[in-house]
Amino acid sequence: MTLAGTARPRRGRSACVTDEVVMVYDRLRTEERMLLAAFAREGLPVRAEYAPDLTLDLSEDGPERAVVLGRCVSQTRGLALARVFEARGWVAVNRAAVIATCGDKLATSAALGAAGVPTPRTGVALTAEAALRLCERFGYPVVLKPLVGSWGRLVAKVENPSQAEALLEHKEVLGGPAHKVHYVQEYVEKPGRDIRAFVVGGEVVAAIYRSSRHWITNTARGGAASRCPLYDDLVETTLAAAAAVGGGVLAVDLVESERGLLVIEVNHTMEFRNSVDTTGVDIPGLVARHAAGQRELLA
Amino acid sequence: METIETEHGRVRLNPDDVMLGELLVTDEGVELEVVGLDPLRFEPAPQEEEDWGE
Repeated sequence: MTLAGTARPRRGRSACVTDEVVMVYDRLRTEERMLLAAFAREGLPVRAEYAPDLTLDLSEDGPERAVVLGRCVSQTRGLALARVFEARGWVAVNRAAVIATCGDKLATSAALGAAGVPTPRTGVALTAEAALRLCERFGYPVVLKPLVGSWGRLVAKVENPSQAEALLEHKEVLGGPAHKVHYVQEYVEKPGRDIRAFVVGGEVVAAIYRSSRHWITNTARGGAASRCPLYDDLVETTLAAAAAVGGGVLAVDLVESERGLLVIEVNHTMEFRNSVDTTGVDIPGLVARHAAGQRELLA
Repeated sequence: METIETEHGRVRLNPDDVMLGELLVTDEGVELEVVGLDPLRFEPAPQEEEDWGE
């Protein structure tokens, strides 16, 4: 609550608005190189800032305001920076609230569920005993996932109560507090592939199938990418998922099930190196133009 | 492009274009991260951290 007459001016209003999009990153991977090349190709000014070198004084506005394109591989760093830049009156792509939601599978599931977006049946339990009961209720196999993480890391398909007990005991004993929030999901049979759909602003710009003999189909884990057509149901479900988490530049992962398309997760710092040639869509160019277009929000 | 000998192996890069945090792979297949520009310094790239992701 702010008392009348004591409100301070909105932060950052005195700072000069710059033309440059500031791309903050902590590892310069292929995607970040592709983005910088896209900005150059499009004639859009950009400045790359190495996140580990930044010092940001929250008591000062700083000399400038700009659009900041977050490209940190560390989700903790990305969220921290988006929060600080937004507090200074910058426009963040993606916004801190979007990063907070997408960076936590439980928050994502809650947002998708609240918006009525179709997902696999998902539940949470706060002790191993309760998680076992949840697994029984869902019926084996189930999938256990950490709340934070990507690329299928620490995601486990659990076939029976013995496996569940062993895995849950390991998480309880070896994991930090976040690993004691047990995220349990129905195992969905899929046709050897899932779908990744790319959203830039309010548009689905491209999609790929990710195919693998392994039930985890991430391309980072060896899944093969091929072009997926943008059909109506895919576009509609993808846009609903993107809107549910707050929109922006996102990659939505979906599976084709007997119940139709189900959204698995939404990624806020998407990788696209395997998707540009596959789809023929200039994804980094679209991201660059979208980020530059956000400058009007600084006015 | 120039070839540079590092204590971790030989890498090829453009010294005028290389950036902090850039990932390079040595001829021997070791992934290095650029941790300094003047002078150029390299360290083995960190392994995946728990909060890394998309």
